[in-house]
Amino acid sequence: MGAGALMLPTYLFGKSVPLDTPYSVIDPKLHKQLADVALNTAKSRGASYADVRIGRYLNQYLFTREDKVQNTVNTESYGVGIRVIANGTWGFAATDQVTPDGIRKAAEQAVAIAKANGKLQQEPVKLVPVQSYGEQNWRTPIEKNAFEVPLSEKVDLLLSANAAAQEQGANFVNNALFLVNEQKYFASTDGSYINQDIHRIWPTFTVTAVDPASGKFKQRAALSAPMGMGWEYMSGRAQDKTQGPAGLIFYGNTYDIKEDATAAARQAKEMIAAKSVKPGKYDLVLDPNHLGLTIHESVGHPLELDRVLGYEANYAGTSFATLDKWKAKNFNYGSKLVNLFADKTQDHSLGQVGWDDEGVKTKRWDLVREGTLVDYQAIRDQAHILNHDESHGCCYADSWSSVQFQRMPNVSLAPGTEKYSMQDMIKDVQDGIFIIGRGSYSIDQQRYNFQFGGTLFYEIKNGEVTGMLNDVAYQSNTQEFWNSCAKICDESDYRLFGSFFDGKGQPSQISAVSHGSSTTRFNGVNVINTARNI
Amino acid sequence: MAILSKEEARSLMEKVISLSKADECVVNLNSVEGGNIRYARNSVSTSGSEENTTLVVNSSFGKKSGTSTINEFDAASLEKVVRRSEELAKLAPENPEFMGALEPQQYQESKTYFKSTDDISPDQRAQFAADSIMPASAKDITAAGFLEDNAGFSSMMNSKGLFAYSQFSDVDFTVTMRTADGTGSGWVRRDFNDVKKLNTGEASQIAIDKALRSRNPKAIEPGKYTVILEPAAAADLINNMMNSMGARNADEGRSFLSKKGGGTKLGEKLVDERVKIYSDPLHPEVPFSTWSSEGTPMKKTAWIENGVVKNMYYDRYWASKQGKEALPSPSRFVMEGGNASLDEMIKNTRRGVLVTRLWYIRAVDPQTLLYTGLTRDGTFYIENGKIMYPVKNFRFNESPIIMLNNLEALGKPQRVEGNLVPPMKIRDFTFTSLSDAV
Repeated sequence: MGAGALMLPTYLFGKSVPLDTPYSVIDPKLHKQLADVALNTAKSRGASYADVRIGRYLNQYLFTREDKVQNTVNTESYGVGIRVIANGTWGFAATDQVTPDGIRKAAEQAVAIAKANGKLQQEPVKLVPVQSYGEQNWRTPIEKNAFEVPLSEKVDLLLSANAAAQEQGANFVNNALFLVNEQKYFASTDGSYINQDIHRIWPTFTVTAVDPASGKFKQRAALSAPMGMGWEYMSGRAQDKTQGPAGLIFYGNTYDIKEDATAAARQAKEMIAAKSVKPGKYDLVLDPNHLGLTIHESVGHPLELDRVLGYEANYAGTSFATLDKWKAKNFNYGSKLVNLFADKTQDHSLGQVGWDDEGVKTKRWDLVREGTLVDYQAIRDQAHILNHDESHGCCYADSWSSVQFQRMPNVSLAPGTEKYSMQDMIKDVQDGIFIIGRGSYSIDQQRYNFQFGGTLFYEIKNGEVTGMLNDVAYQSNTQEFWNSCAKICDESDYRLFGSFFDGKGQPSQISAVSHGSSTTRFNGVNVINTARNI
Repeated sequence: MAILSKEEARSLMEKVISLSKADECVVNLNSVEGGNIRYARNSVSTSGSEENTTLVVNSSFGKKSGTSTINEFDAASLEKVVRRSEELAKLAPENPEFMGALEPQQYQESKTYFKSTDDISPDQRAQFAADSIMPASAKDITAAGFLEDNAGFSSMMNSKGLFAYSQFSDVDFTVTMRTADGTGSGWVRRDFNDVKKLNTGEASQIAIDKALRSRNPKAIEPGKYTVILEPAAAADLINNMMNSMGARNADEGRSFLSKKGGGTKLGEKLVDERVKIYSDPLHPEVPFSTWSSEGTPMKKTAWIENGVVKNMYYDRYWASKQGKEALPSPSRFVMEGGNASLDEMIKNTRRGVLVTRLWYIRAVDPQTLLYTGLTRDGTFYIENGKIMYPVKNFRFNESPIIMLNNLEALGKPQRVEGNLVPPMKIRDFTFTSLSDAV
């Protein structure tokens, strides 16, 4: 499914907890004892393998509009998920009874389910080996825990950004802040006991400008990115800002919400009178906060091995990137400049963890090297299909009550190796469009044909940005698009885009994932005009 | 917790309300029991069941309100959840749009619950999957499907004496059938309140036939085509339009229903005069709860009649501000149609494209309700009243408003995702590019 699905599953909202509840974590020693109950029970009932995830999930969401706080949501969900292999078949059971008795019953149930499903199993589960890591701890490298920041400080910041936008003439501002903390304890019969404390943050808004005379309205979304960070993301440090043409400011590892809201109001008003695009072929200059979504849809999803094999056929679909293309070792995914890599260790990214949800240490690996497809995303029960002797470490479950499965790691485009800035790139374009931020996105069920919009569009003529455009969307085919990649800015321009609520599976689970890139040029892409009259 | 009767739910919530020390207290008690089975590559991949009961307490002091939730129901837990919501309310910022508790209301009774669905067993789910997989594997077709069922109750009470209670049950089944050569794909969906109406074997056969008929599709040029949208294809776009009919956005000038120079299109002709869309919680085929999440009664309401916008949604706050009656958005709608079957509609088409379903639909422009997406799992070319051959999938860029102005014919409505929607023939439907996806 898509990156932006903002339909929040109800099961993620556990019990409400008061907003002033002191932030706490649970002692891993207690979790180790409980984990051993699960593992020992499963083994005694005939499981050949078992893992247990004891999870405490905290969410804090704030919703405001103009000068009002509309809603504050503070939830906690705590429980245990137990996964086993018995008779060569997976079984899973979960419980919110985090007691030795509750856990014992769930472990027994997981084994019983595995044995029952075994009757329908065609091939026994094969796991590639994993190292026994013993007792481990990992925490997102945050500077300031956002859950420990007083609610009033968060509300004040959001409302001050709304006020700044209204001072610049915005008619409406909807502003939200999402905070997530996953406290996860993993243990398995392979001998690992891993305690992790994972933090994510996403400030986002939509500013609307209305022109009653023409009946037109335009919206400008925030240029923030959801990040694997704490409250420090909101500090808006000068060194994390990149100045662009037309007064644009791009944000890297920190974000200035007030400054962005001010710019958003100005730009939303400017959009109302902006020129409508003439359809045709253009050279596109794509900002990292836009290109991330294109990477997500056209590279991240098609290289999920379960999709390739048909396990997602009834929902998100399958993939054009079939195993024969990978085996041939010459499938031309993109131009020679294109190096796409998966990385679960990247600082500040949403997908960063020390170990995945089946106890595999995370790493970086190549998916597309110099334009050629070289690998997929695979977990322990899939890696043997690729003749790999270890998992990629990209297994994830969105709750203790959900069964873990293969999820997209951070997938990013490697920056260009020669010194080349965004300004250099714009100077080199004769007839192009600069696209900034995420917009409408749609791609087919095998990930060939896509259409993307954006937040802001600027016309480039003879190396200069000449003004704002409206009604822009580009359509392409994944392979054709990545082969039209003509130039990539250097590492100093590398920034992260993020998807906070990516959906996959039935019943659907969400996950959060980042995509890094530098500003990138694609030549001769088909642009359509989306203006209509009703 | 099993499904509580109306009186059991009332008695539990009265206990909660009696503990309240707030200015006002609103209590919701909801319970759902459900199960699912998923299969792919002709084999069951996952199955599970879930039971969840929650008590939600909202306490308010003036315009400050707080909500707390719990899933334990002993006396101490009830006391705890009420006190927590009160503490939270005291800490919360004032919400100027807070409406306070509603006076007691009268609600109609709707037949939304069927015991048959509540009683589905894991064995029955496995049989539903087997009935779908077996005919597929017999024809060398690969089935991937998902069946999910839920049953439970929702109830609400407040300190002014309002009480609402309803039960529900739903089963939803989808399956995708793909041919071994990877060039053909078919799909079907069935959903009901009463599982007795579900026959996964019969439904799966439709998807199998579509998969076989859609092998080796031909590429035809994108452009404007007369299309016949099967109910599943039409439903998604109509549903998007229905979800955008909020009065507040329209009044604020940021909706497709906002008008140049101010005001809204309420009372104006928006689409072809044959278009009639209404909602009715008592409709026997698509029933839904007779009360909204705010406690407002849900009644039969016309939304579009003879192509004219008859009503927009108002929540309690916006209704009070605009001097209107609150009119909640319905969870299900009915679009009226004709008596023609899909086959008859195909027979009456000289040239056109038959579309099984649309996929990955995303809004492009909220001003015009322009959406993009793709056809999927069975797209066919029609000539002189006959399906001639399968065609490659298209990307479309179309607005349901434009589409319903280009209406040629409506067929017999069918239930799709809880709504009743007819197959429809539309001229000049805009396909903007081709896709190789199967």
